[in-house]
Amino acid sequence: MSRRWVNAHPGRALKVALGLLPFACLLLLYQVQSDARKAENPNDKLLPSFTEMQAAIDRMAFTPSKRTGEYLMWRDTSSSLTRLVTGIAIAALLGLTFGLLAAALPMADAFSMPLVTAISLIPPMAVLPILFIVFGLGELSKVVLIVVGIAPFIIREIYLRTKEIPVEQLIKAQTLGANSAQVVARVLLPQVAPRLIGAVRLSLGAAWLFLIAAEAIASTDGLGYRIFLVRRYLSMDVILPYVVWITLLAFLLDRGLIILSRRFFPWYHTND
Amino acid sequence: MTKAQTDVLPESMLEAMPEARPDATQGQADAAQFIELDRLSKSYGDNHVLEELSTSVARNEFVTLVGTSGCGKSTFLKILLGIETSTSGQLRIEGVPVHPEPSPDRGIVFQRYSVFPHLNVRQNVALGREFDRTRIFGRQFGAARRETLAEADHWLEAVGLIASAEKYPHELSGGMQQRLALAQALLKQPQVLLLDEPFGALDPGIRKDMYELVLRLWSGHKLTVFMVTHDLSEGFYLGTRLWVFDKIRHDPHAPQLYGSTITYDLPVHVADSERQRIADEVAEQQHEAGEVDEVGKEEHAHA
Repeated sequence: MSRRWVNAHPGRALKVALGLLPFACLLLLYQVQSDARKAENPNDKLLPSFTEMQAAIDRMAFTPSKRTGEYLMWRDTSSSLTRLVTGIAIAALLGLTFGLLAAALPMADAFSMPLVTAISLIPPMAVLPILFIVFGLGELSKVVLIVVGIAPFIIREIYLRTKEIPVEQLIKAQTLGANSAQVVARVLLPQVAPRLIGAVRLSLGAAWLFLIAAEAIASTDGLGYRIFLVRRYLSMDVILPYVVWITLLAFLLDRGLIILSRRFFPWYHTND
Repeated sequence: MTKAQTDVLPESMLEAMPEARPDATQGQADAAQFIELDRLSKSYGDNHVLEELSTSVARNEFVTLVGTSGCGKSTFLKILLGIETSTSGQLRIEGVPVHPEPSPDRGIVFQRYSVFPHLNVRQNVALGREFDRTRIFGRQFGAARRETLAEADHWLEAVGLIASAEKYPHELSGGMQQRLALAQALLKQPQVLLLDEPFGALDPGIRKDMYELVLRLWSGHKLTVFMVTHDLSEGFYLGTRLWVFDKIRHDPHAPQLYGSTITYDLPVHVADSERQRIADEVAEQQHEAGEVDEVGKEEHAHA
């Protein structure tokens, strides 16, 4: 009857309810605090009411800007996502190429991994000024920052995940007559593909960090640019919805990658 | 080449070895010399694993290798497979020193991980042919691919897996995965088939079926088999020849000082009647299958 807590698993409904509870508590806490501040000072900008935030969203997303006639939030979103996805795609391609080859070929391993390890130790933000000097203040330097920031991680992750593939498979492939290229193309690459998606998912957080940092420092649009811009006017009513929007985008990217992986590599997801 | 191999064996080892060769292979000098071990030794630094193995194996022998763990039986198999090299001495196949790299003339089935999880059963078997017929990417298309898949199906029938051709390895039981690993190896028609504790992870009931299958394949395809096992009765049941690996010299203060050698080389006759029964069955089936193949070819010609 009295089951140990370590064995007490919530049912489906209870699990959802328990998951939603902290969100509800946070919203309620915010509402109470916001009301309290507004009661003291109706012009308080620090904790704007939900109505004010809604108005801000309406202004940013659904009303054309007076100056340019654009819908600012959508424009920020598309600029940021373009930079993010370009950076991640380049980093993933680099990671796959170098990680896979280093894991497959001992000569490539000896040649490239010490350099990758050294590069991965450089704090990417420290080289941002160099990127601005070399690549200018345009799109390129922001994309390069993301690549510099996450490519070494993806390379090392792919390298380790490739090494995890049992050596028995490599030997077996050779007894089936495979040459080096065929081992890579038919045994390693297809098995590394879902692991690459996993590595990209793990690096998404860092990619967002570098994107917003680059936009905050030198940009004329983008989600990061906007929240750092309106900070000057203490516009929490814009900043908070933007942060929620960025979080939602990050969540959707992550989910999309999982779905992609399950759809195309069902044999990899046999335990979940 | 070295006919008087026994001359160089230590006295004590000769005593330990009973009459070595089964009678059937005598008088066929070529056959008896198919695989030769010539003072084969292996050590890792000061750790001597194998010491001066000298013997020879004829074609179509089924050699089972038994011994305690760490006795060097797996090390020998690795040398034969080409993923380890001997420290001294030679291992020759048809008079040629064994290539120190895995190659299609030596098929392998490991205890686990012998199949590719990202390919279905049919693709797993077809892969071996695709490697032959392509250069870089190892992937065939169109008619060539269909032909290869049909060939794969032939081997899936031979191991009784044709009903599961579309499944992925994670959907198969342990026994079925080993059947698949056998089919993969057999498609390459290797001269030598190496089995590294292939049934170690299987249930006893399944194991019996696998014995029958392996004997059937061995007999039907005139394979030369080396099988490492820790199960002595399995070794006696399957082998035509049983090698026991052990140390003949032992220093209690330096257990690594001396390596193992083949202390017993037993011709096995225990399961002969059973083996004969399976061989007859196989011959009968091949007769039938031959007719089927003819029909299959005709259909192909029409297509």
